[in-house]
Amino acid sequence: MTMTENLFHQQLFAAVEQGLPLLPQPYLAIAEQIGASEDAVINTLNIWQQQGLIRRLGLVVRHRKLGYCANAMVVWNVTDTDVDDIGDQLAGESVVTLCYQRARVLPHWQYNLFCMIHGKDKATVLQQLADICQRHQLESIEKEVLFSVKAYKQQGGRFSSLNKQGKALITEDIAHD
Amino acid sequence: MKISLLAQQLINAYQRGFPLCPKPFLHLAEQFEVSEQAVLSCLEQLLESGVLSRLGVVFDHKQVGASTLAALCVTDEKLDYVAHTVNQFSGVNHNYVREHHFNLWFVVTAPNADILQQTLTAIEKSTQCEVLVLPMEKSFHIDLAFPIDFTSHSDNFPEPELVAQPASLQGIA
Repeated sequence: MTMTENLFHQQLFAAVEQGLPLLPQPYLAIAEQIGASEDAVINTLNIWQQQGLIRRLGLVVRHRKLGYCANAMVVWNVTDTDVDDIGDQLAGESVVTLCYQRARVLPHWQYNLFCMIHGKDKATVLQQLADICQRHQLESIEKEVLFSVKAYKQQGGRFSSLNKQGKALITEDIAHD
Repeated sequence: MKISLLAQQLINAYQRGFPLCPKPFLHLAEQFEVSEQAVLSCLEQLLESGVLSRLGVVFDHKQVGASTLAALCVTDEKLDYVAHTVNQFSGVNHNYVREHHFNLWFVVTAPNADILQQTLTAIEKSTQCEVLVLPMEKSFHIDLAFPIDFTSHSDNFPEPELVAQPASLQGIA
């Protein structure tokens, strides 16, 4: 893992997971914070981006604040042989923002395919889901729709073992909302 | 909540691809024909209002640590208490109530799999609830940087309901 290769990488990771500062030269500010050069910061972030370690760099918005209040987690019980095909079909739908296969926990939880639809109202989201089911002939698959009704916490994940400052990074699989 | 035209442009242009150059905000300013300070002020306002979580680096979780989705089945009267107890764990995020028998859903993140497991065990112990652990096996699609539709109700977004934490629970765990 690139992150643990050296102290500079660990420090840079811990610094950027808090978000970039809103200063004219944000990379310089980070460089000064960790005792590196601005060039080294920019080049390393560039390499991490090329390697896929960084999925994206940009504005991380809270969709609820922008009116996307109908947040549906749809869970499906798909046969193991069909899960790849149906996962790809759901992933190809423009309204589906996340789609994963997860482990079943029998007998408590039989659903193995999860997708999220972020919409502005429930009725629209349910109609979009019905359209998807019809388009891919998924009507007979057992599923449930879990709308979120209350948020107790909305923040990013926390991965760096260096970060002691209570700040966080976001990875998109967990940024459900 | 009023979202300015500049804010709308910035959000829909820069959820990805933020410039990796010494003066990135100046680059944005030139593109949208405003001053560098106008871009910075606009982003500061978005941060303050909570629309912007951060100008951030989004890592591929599989390469930087361990995480899992988890759920609890909690009675209505205990829901607030258990939710706030779960919130105390620093690796927990996106703790939501959802309409289901399993009604409290959250994600646990950690630097590695061992610490993740320790956290899950500690959550079970402190909530006295069995945790449904649902780790990801395969990702088909991840893209939360979708274009935002600002056309409907752009002046009047409903505020999300984010439940405040009682002072009595702050600092636990």
